[in-house]
Amino acid sequence: MINRRTTLKTLAIGAVSALAFTAAALSSAAAQNKTLKIGFVGVTSGPAAAWGTSNVRSMQVRADWLNEIGGVKIGDETYDISIVTFDDQKDPKRAIAGMEKMAQEGIHYVVGPNVDDGAAAVRPVAEANGIIYFPYAFPKELYTPPASNAVLGMVANYQSGPAIYKYLMENKGVKTVAFVAANESDPLSQRDSGVAAAKALGLEVVAENDTYQTDTRDFTPIMTPIVRLQPDLLVLSGVAPANAPQLIRSARELGYQGLISAETAQDANVLQEGAGELANGFISVGGASTPEIRSPEMEEFIERYTKAYGEYNDESNTKVYALDYIIETLKANPAAIDDVEEFKKTMETFSAPNPYIKGESELKYVGMSSFGQKRQISVPMVVTEFKDGAFETLFIGEVD
Amino acid sequence: MEQVIANGLYLGAQYALIALGLTLIFALMNVLNFAHGQLYVLGGFVTYTIYGQLGLPFPVALVCSGLTLAVVGAAIEKYLFRTVIRRSVREESTMLLAAAIAFFLDSVILLLFGEKQRGVPKIIDGVFISDAVILPYDRILVGVLAVLMIAAFVLFMQYSKPGRAMRALAQDRIAAQLMGVNVNRYSMIGFALGAMLAGVVGGLLVTITGVNSGIGGPISIKAFLMVMIGGAGVVGGAIAGGFILGMMESVGLTVLREFGDVTYLVIFALLMVFLSIRPNGLMGKPWG
Repeated sequence: MINRRTTLKTLAIGAVSALAFTAAALSSAAAQNKTLKIGFVGVTSGPAAAWGTSNVRSMQVRADWLNEIGGVKIGDETYDISIVTFDDQKDPKRAIAGMEKMAQEGIHYVVGPNVDDGAAAVRPVAEANGIIYFPYAFPKELYTPPASNAVLGMVANYQSGPAIYKYLMENKGVKTVAFVAANESDPLSQRDSGVAAAKALGLEVVAENDTYQTDTRDFTPIMTPIVRLQPDLLVLSGVAPANAPQLIRSARELGYQGLISAETAQDANVLQEGAGELANGFISVGGASTPEIRSPEMEEFIERYTKAYGEYNDESNTKVYALDYIIETLKANPAAIDDVEEFKKTMETFSAPNPYIKGESELKYVGMSSFGQKRQISVPMVVTEFKDGAFETLFIGEVD
Repeated sequence: MEQVIANGLYLGAQYALIALGLTLIFALMNVLNFAHGQLYVLGGFVTYTIYGQLGLPFPVALVCSGLTLAVVGAAIEKYLFRTVIRRSVREESTMLLAAAIAFFLDSVILLLFGEKQRGVPKIIDGVFISDAVILPYDRILVGVLAVLMIAAFVLFMQYSKPGRAMRALAQDRIAAQLMGVNVNRYSMIGFALGAMLAGVVGGLLVTITGVNSGIGGPISIKAFLMVMIGGAGVVGGAIAGGFILGMMESVGLTVLREFGDVTYLVIFALLMVFLSIRPNGLMGKPWG
């Protein structure tokens, strides 16, 4: 006999069964997603840690976001993105070990390393193991033939430097310039190319040999003789985010009144904490998305990043791009998922809508002028000026 | 030249204070504390948190840095070094332990405080400007505080009961024990004092240089350099070593700037020659 209790029991059991079936079906659908591993080899500890950390965090936030909406469809398969990271501690030997680890895990696409010597060191490993990597390092030989596995993930200093110097000559009347760099391969090579660019533009270079140890804690003795020269512009070549506030502070406290610039990306919070208002007016290459040009997707990315890590790093506006370039290129040619030669072929003609910029903007590979082949991702070159704890856009350029 | 001398004296005062804690621990326990730089960093981050983040007065933060590091130092001595020294006759064991503590603290600091460079508001604004010297007031204050702390430390070691006990320990551990000095107790106090000095100087300098989780190793190396110049285990030697290094750095960075970054190359070359002539440094060991 069917009574009310039996009916309710039957309905309850039915509802639970239906829920269980739905959950099982959903989890089975999720389980059906394959995993696409993307690597990161770069610096996430020490004075330059902010560079690599912004990479890792950008990749992780973007991957979580994509996985949350069901994964990425490449060809007939849907993939969840998994980020595999390795801290090379800015040491080329560890960078090689990191790239070997990526090869052992069967990873074909790696973001990083963050510095010149690390990027140069991993080249043989990447080429031998069929890995395309996206360094944030500037040596041209990494991107010019016969090299073909490295893709520059940002705007290089020899692209942004001349643009900044020219802007400052025309708009701020800069005539003399002094360079100071850390005694490491990256900053020194960036200084050399900066000096060459400044001289080519007709600037008088009043100091080009001043260097400092990266572990310097007080820069007053280093800045004292440079400040005496009173250059119109002081360029902090390749300066790490940890050193920039101290250098700026020392120069300003010693009475330096001119302009200060860098061609490396910086962190607004670090500048504010370390130099405060003394950093106002500091010019640097910012993240590739200013409030004026960013799309709702970029706003959401920033929101997710801030929620995940408590604070945002402006540099992540640039660092978010590499993962999207990898995924979108694989979508354009699914055969490239385990064949980097296919990836290279696709790079020649690839284009996709840029999700992070308002209006008609494209993801595309560039670099013909600088490298003779398309081995650089296209991101807006945003030059910023620090003011009261935030970066303000000075001008926006583009690399061809 | 006046500016160069002022920079050198100011740097020297900082350096001497950093080296004091290291040399004290070496004198008392014959331990090369490779984690000294990490203790400095931890002190910096305590001040950063209390003064920079919580907004409490700077002296409170500085005291907290000192106390925190004293507790950490005492715990390290009691639970780690004392055990290893008791069980191992090989000196390398304590060196390995110190290196392990350095790596451990590096990782803990990275986890707790993140990878970014951190800074705090200036403790005093303004810059002293004369015809010959430009020096921000906060650097002058830190320099004066460093000199006062060095003086207080020397007086403490010279005239207080714990100071005398620690000096006795440094001169002859067994003889001190036979004379009734509680070796364990004063070793712990000495280690805590050394760690406290590292913490206080870390807290002081965070107002000028900021702090980040990766600088512990380089700080330790610089501290060892000063101790080698002055003589390991000698308080006066550490002070002298600090001022000599500060002055050499300041002069080198001005005089040799045209030749690129050769200042430390020259300092290390001179140090090698110097140590081949005086392997025990300027004042050698033991002190007292």
